[in-house]
Amino acid sequence: MAININRPTSPHLQVYKLPLTGIISITHRMTGVMLSAGLILFVYIISALAGGENSYTAMQSVMSLWLLKLLCWGFIYALFFHLCHGVRHLIWDCGNSFELATLNRYALIELAASLALTLLTFVWGCYGY
Amino acid sequence: MAEFTLPKNSVLMQGKTFKAPEEATNTRRFEVYRWDPDSGENPRIDVFELDMDNCGPMVLDAILKIKNEVDSSLTFRRSCREGVCGSCAMMVNGKNTLACTKAIASYTDTIKIYPLPHLQVIKDLVPDMTHFYAQYASIKPWIETQTPPPADSERLQSKEDREKLDGLYDCVLCACCSTSCPSYWWNSERYLGPAVLLQAYRWLVDSRDENTGERLDELEDPFKLYRCHTIMNCTDTCPKGLNPAKAIAETKKLLVQRKLG
Repeated sequence: MAININRPTSPHLQVYKLPLTGIISITHRMTGVMLSAGLILFVYIISALAGGENSYTAMQSVMSLWLLKLLCWGFIYALFFHLCHGVRHLIWDCGNSFELATLNRYALIELAASLALTLLTFVWGCYGY
Repeated sequence: MAEFTLPKNSVLMQGKTFKAPEEATNTRRFEVYRWDPDSGENPRIDVFELDMDNCGPMVLDAILKIKNEVDSSLTFRRSCREGVCGSCAMMVNGKNTLACTKAIASYTDTIKIYPLPHLQVIKDLVPDMTHFYAQYASIKPWIETQTPPPADSERLQSKEDREKLDGLYDCVLCACCSTSCPSYWWNSERYLGPAVLLQAYRWLVDSRDENTGERLDELEDPFKLYRCHTIMNCTDTCPKGLNPAKAIAETKKLLVQRKLG
């Protein structure tokens, strides 16, 4: 009897339960992509600044749209999340804190730190100057 | 390449249901991945309701009960039933483990049993490990020396040097870690994966091995080693409690230290 070589691939992403570190890892990559895309917005803002009063006022009215405000805060959160996990990677690269028991704790610290930094930025934006 | 969905021939179908005997009061539902190479059909999920009052404590006991009492065509690997052979590695409720050392009581409700992820299935829970073993052979998992052996003794090792192998030599090559790694799913043709890299490190730190330089040369590759992105699924899933991610990080450190002289 001929051997069936049309073998199926066993299920992977569809059924595997990623641990928190795995979820954070893929989020780190996604925020990296978002930050690159968000630079378009950033370049728009600084070119509007350099373009003088008219372009500045136009940019101000565009940026006051709620959707763009949301995008802006998304960008800021992505930046801090990416930064925090980046620091985590530096600690890992030194060969430290690989212990299974500490992984979730560090992951939660990263999440809390990135949220706190976003909140601080918000407070600074409202009252800081 | 990263493929996030299953190819057409791998999409799951609903399978058969096998009810528990009517007198059973303490039943548990097992959903098991099945693929019969002779049927020409897609893989399916069969449901087995088992009488837990008449079943051993481990996931492997339940699988054996199915084979012995319900469906003798169920195919899987097993041997030692005590976690030292690594044969019965499979995915249980979304995480890779050894069926023989995993207690049924550690799960609540339904237990879903799949083969190790992202491998070619030979039949039911038996995946094709050929590539994994070929990768293992590629790191030369044996001692390599330049100097002649001592005339009157074996190549000896101090207790301290021997201790460096703890947590490395214990690996049973069950492939739970490698097949839990998304990087390995998408790049297994070139990325060695956590299990093989842990073994590579085991020979790097063996005080008796004299080919460290060449071993490092072999690993210094954007894919073989550096596809590890510290996702940590490997360490999370290892049924022996080992830490492949740490071994990989130490290997990366050895490469940096060598460069810095």
